[in-house]
Amino acid sequence: MSLEDYRQQPKVFAAFALPTLVWLLLFFVTPLTIIWLYSFGENVSLVNIETTWTLDNYVRIFQPEIMVLLWRSLWIAGIATVICLAIAYPIALVIATAREDKKPWLLLLIMLPFWTNLLIRTYALLNILGTRGRLNQALEWLWGVANTAVNRIGLGGMQLLGENFTPLKMLGTPSGVIFGIVYVSLPFAILPIYSSLERLDRSYLEASLDLGAGQWKTFRYVLLPMTMTGVVTAAIITFIPALGQFITPDLLGRGQVDMIANVIERQFKRANDWPFGSALSLFLLYITFVLLAVRSFYDSRRSH
Amino acid sequence: MKRRSTLPITRRGFLAGSAAVGISFTLPKAFAADGKVAFYNWDTYIGENTIAEFEKASGIEVQYDLFADNDELFAKLKGGNPGYDLIVPSNDFVERMLDADMLIPLDHSKIANIANIDPLFLDPAFDPGRKYSLPYMWGTIGVGYRKSAVDGIPDSWATLFSSDKYAGKIALMSDATTVMQMALKSMGKSLNDWSDENIAAAEALILAQKPNIAAFAGDNGQDLLLAGEVDLAMEWNGDILQAMDEDDDIGYVVPEEGGLLWEDALAIPKGAPNVENAHALINHLLDAQVGADIADFVYYATPNKASKALMSDDYLNNPAIFPPEETAAASEVSIFPGAETVRKIEDAWTRIKAG
Repeated sequence: MSLEDYRQQPKVFAAFALPTLVWLLLFFVTPLTIIWLYSFGENVSLVNIETTWTLDNYVRIFQPEIMVLLWRSLWIAGIATVICLAIAYPIALVIATAREDKKPWLLLLIMLPFWTNLLIRTYALLNILGTRGRLNQALEWLWGVANTAVNRIGLGGMQLLGENFTPLKMLGTPSGVIFGIVYVSLPFAILPIYSSLERLDRSYLEASLDLGAGQWKTFRYVLLPMTMTGVVTAAIITFIPALGQFITPDLLGRGQVDMIANVIERQFKRANDWPFGSALSLFLLYITFVLLAVRSFYDSRRSH
Repeated sequence: MKRRSTLPITRRGFLAGSAAVGISFTLPKAFAADGKVAFYNWDTYIGENTIAEFEKASGIEVQYDLFADNDELFAKLKGGNPGYDLIVPSNDFVERMLDADMLIPLDHSKIANIANIDPLFLDPAFDPGRKYSLPYMWGTIGVGYRKSAVDGIPDSWATLFSSDKYAGKIALMSDATTVMQMALKSMGKSLNDWSDENIAAAEALILAQKPNIAAFAGDNGQDLLLAGEVDLAMEWNGDILQAMDEDDDIGYVVPEEGGLLWEDALAIPKGAPNVENAHALINHLLDAQVGADIADFVYYATPNKASKALMSDDYLNNPAIFPPEETAAASEVSIFPGAETVRKIEDAWTRIKAG
């Protein structure tokens, strides 16, 4: 039975679709509707919210500080996405061109981090990136070696490397947060690119090379355009979750690089302002919709 | 609430915790009878023999249940008391429960051991005259510090809030209200005075200090301190107490301007089936020797003056348990400022985070 047969077999189709529909209704539509109703509500006591159809919560989004945090979230997520793609593409290419018997193992290596909880992985990063972390310990050791070498060749007096080792400050800075986001998102970026590379007919590449295009030109004008769908999917699948990150800014950002989701989280916990939190999360959702719409507009224009 | 989770594990926390899982499925409905009382307390928050001693002395059978935090306690009682006679909410939740009319007044004439309580605790702002609650244990928010990295004792909040001497080595907490409160203390103001000028002043102070702050630490100021990532951390005393256990180089002080006092209180919820027996149990818990046994086991500060007289110097002289008297007097218990003020505080915090 192919998928198109549902027209002839509506009952069979219904039987298959029902669980999915119920699932969607219960765990997606209902909670989202509640959040939507909350976003037009006010706190009437410590425990009760009343939907009064006020627009106050949406108006509050346009305070300058919220805009600052939103803008920060957008550029951090954007940079993290670009870095992810730049790293993911070569890795995907290596896996796609690896020997068949090695592919499952390489893919397994990519998937492996998923078997560890995000929080634990983030804490592990804390241990590595701290000012007294492993990375800085390694750098300090290298600095010591280099400094000794400099002294040996008689240039010690010039303090070429500075008087003391200055640890690299990663945590509590945007770069630390971006590092963390890249780290957790990378597998999501690799997989779609890999699958588009897998589907690619290699003869196009051979043709391009045979006809005199160099490696770079083949990549730029043949390989990349033909795998663009994978790249765009990878970009979206990286960017959207990155936009909503709050654990990474909280831990790796040390509360100094808050993103918009940190504000949302606070509304649902300590601030006890669910209506405003709901309005903010929906606003984030709308931004995502706009981005997706832009993408499909771009797609449809290209295909004509 | 994190401060509870940091009790030394050696204090049978694991056993108590696993027992709680088993117990808490049976609600104490059947206990609405003579000779019984249902006590709902924090995990690992009582002496080893306290309950058994009470049962033996009074002939009253105790159903002992455990909760993990104030939210759980509140949630369980919000929809109607399932049968508890005695509960232990923190000061801000006593306030909330009073607001929601969930507590019944105590009959002081049935609790002779009130006389054992330090008078300092008998007229708090959250329950004037102690009509509804009596103090069980208390603690502070102060400064945990690495002794070898800090000059002397950091006994002023200014060290954290308005000095660049330890730039990049300071951790504040991540809770808007509490951090703003300590900023107010550093300016010599009351931590409950949320005038618009005070909120603005605290905001400006923290914003200016932000480049010198290494972290707004959610639940791990003591970990940053232990790892050497920071040398000064604003924290709950219980958290630092644990860090001090692991590292002799860690100290704790409540700055001279005073810090925040928290208190867990004994209270009887509305709908309690055994009010009489609950009074008897409160009286028992406030007994000098019983109070001393509890304090010795849970290692938090007791408000019971008579119990303190029975405690070891090791306990009494621990600055992470008892701040000096003047400092304690300068410290304050936080009062819930109302939802509108909380919103102003949170908005200021968002501006700090965006800045």
